[in-house]
Amino acid sequence: MGESGFCAVWGAKDLSFHAIAPSHVPDALNGDDMRSGYDLELVHLTKRYGSTVAVRDINHVFAPGSYVCLLGPSGCGKSSTLRMIAGHEEVSEGSIVLDGQDVSSLPPAQRGTAMMFQNYALFPHLSVRDNVAFSLRMKGVDKPTRHKRADELLALVDMTHLADRLPDQLSGGQQQRVALARALVTEPKVLLLDEPLSALDPFLRVRMRTELKKLQRELGITFIHVTHGQDEALALADEIVVMNDAVIEQAGPAREVWAAPRTEFVARFIGGHNVIDLPEGKSTIRSDAIRLSDDGLAATITAVEYQGASVAISTRTDSGDDVLALLPEEDFFKSPKSPGDAVRLSWDDGRLHRLEV
Amino acid sequence: MGWLQAAPLALILLAFLIAPIVMIVIVSFWGATEFSIFPAFQFDNYEFLFSSPVTYRVFGATLKYAFITWALTLAIGFTTAYFLAFHVRSLTMQIALFLVCTIPFWTSNIIRMISWIPFLGRNGIANQTLISWGVIDEPLEWLLYSDFSVILAFVHLYTLFMVVPIFNTMMRIDKSLLEAARDNGASGFQTLVHVIIPLTKPGIMIGTIFVFTLVMGDFITVRFMSGSQRANVGRLISNDIGLMQYPSAAATAVVLLCTVLIVIAILLRFVNIRKEL
Repeated sequence: MGESGFCAVWGAKDLSFHAIAPSHVPDALNGDDMRSGYDLELVHLTKRYGSTVAVRDINHVFAPGSYVCLLGPSGCGKSSTLRMIAGHEEVSEGSIVLDGQDVSSLPPAQRGTAMMFQNYALFPHLSVRDNVAFSLRMKGVDKPTRHKRADELLALVDMTHLADRLPDQLSGGQQQRVALARALVTEPKVLLLDEPLSALDPFLRVRMRTELKKLQRELGITFIHVTHGQDEALALADEIVVMNDAVIEQAGPAREVWAAPRTEFVARFIGGHNVIDLPEGKSTIRSDAIRLSDDGLAATITAVEYQGASVAISTRTDSGDDVLALLPEEDFFKSPKSPGDAVRLSWDDGRLHRLEV
Repeated sequence: MGWLQAAPLALILLAFLIAPIVMIVIVSFWGATEFSIFPAFQFDNYEFLFSSPVTYRVFGATLKYAFITWALTLAIGFTTAYFLAFHVRSLTMQIALFLVCTIPFWTSNIIRMISWIPFLGRNGIANQTLISWGVIDEPLEWLLYSDFSVILAFVHLYTLFMVVPIFNTMMRIDKSLLEAARDNGASGFQTLVHVIIPLTKPGIMIGTIFVFTLVMGDFITVRFMSGSQRANVGRLISNDIGLMQYPSAAATAVVLLCTVLIVIAILLRFVNIRKEL
């Protein structure tokens, strides 16, 4: 997936673009804003299954050309939201506006979105090349043209050498690249990824997320990536949208969500934070901002875990809150502690963050 | 120990499959007169069979029945299975409707066959209804004791053998493939042609083998539903047996067996059904 390979495809893309999908070409005359991506906006979006509400009145504007992670526990409505954007789930109320057009009643293929499925959903009876060329075949593009285009996309994801294989003969990571190529061949304005990394082993997961991020930067289109892994979201996202219980709890740049969680749920879900009940209200303090010292909050150590660069110390305060302190390895081993020891936890007041809710 | 574990099945197959076939093959070389049969090794039976125009006509008729029945059961079976697998959403409903499909099969074949006769007969319900509606003036003669009634009965009897394997294969198709097809701009019909049918091929093939072998080996349906006016290979064999011409019947049976095996071998060339078994 070299830079040069990508440029070659992009160049070729501009030539073949008009022939295949003229409607997706950005309209140069409509030029009051000169953004590389497209606006995607959710307006009062609601999804009901019978009497249960999966998504409740969501409003959100996705910044064009950004990598967005929908983060939340299972059943929080993130997948329903994604599937509504994709058009695989009917919208109960509200609308989805993409590039100024309400797409919520259009079929998936006419929305300008493409979806990459959780299990990749590659057609098992078609070769890799035919899988990628599937949408072009449906449009009636002739064989040489669609195969040429498929090969360009396969080059983009570095899968040219396996183009004649069947999906069964590929590893998980390879299948994912094919699924990516198949989604991108439709020239989407927005790529929707439904837990794309969950089927991979941890090592491959880290590698594929680097590639996803790189691909997104190169293509400049919006990626919306559903995940329940906060580390994945932090690593990938320009913007994180944390969902819980059918609503958006907090949305913002990854660093902002991490540094200033708005609610207790976000603070706990995003990890690395302790929620402490202080007299002035619930507050969070980052695990790595806590020190063991002579004065401060009294607590008892419940577990000590060596993690290499740091040592994780689980403690319970006298008021019953569980607090995790992450100490640099050197600091810990200057005065080692063991479970059962009484300690005092302290931090700089400036690092304490008050929760809004 | 391995051979001991395989022994029960091997014995059963030997006693109930291999031995009878070997016996039939042996008898097919025996000789016969009007009043006796005698052990021999001669090709008279086969010579007579292959030189008689009746043989070709009857084999032709049997293949015609098999082909038409196959086409109709496939069309009905595929549609039914498609409806059950892709249109009925809840699993409970799918199982319930599937059981409904099997209910007629709790009755014997012959009863189901015979029950058509009062319906299709000259003064049967079908003719009387059509006359009372003024659609026809006099009874339709081709409703009963015709190719029509034979094929109707075959389709009625054997469609389930097409529904079951096709439904089974369709239930294994990952539903996200259909969404992926839709996401890639495929219409409902394109999804059917480019995704569902290719992935259902093994089920279609198993159903085809069932229906084909059942129709090729049948004699009772043809006899009842054609009023003994149509012939197929099964009736040829049954007539020979009735006349005590066992060697001739055995030779016809061997040729029929070979025909069926050859057709199945050709079918298996096209589709790999191993994944389904």
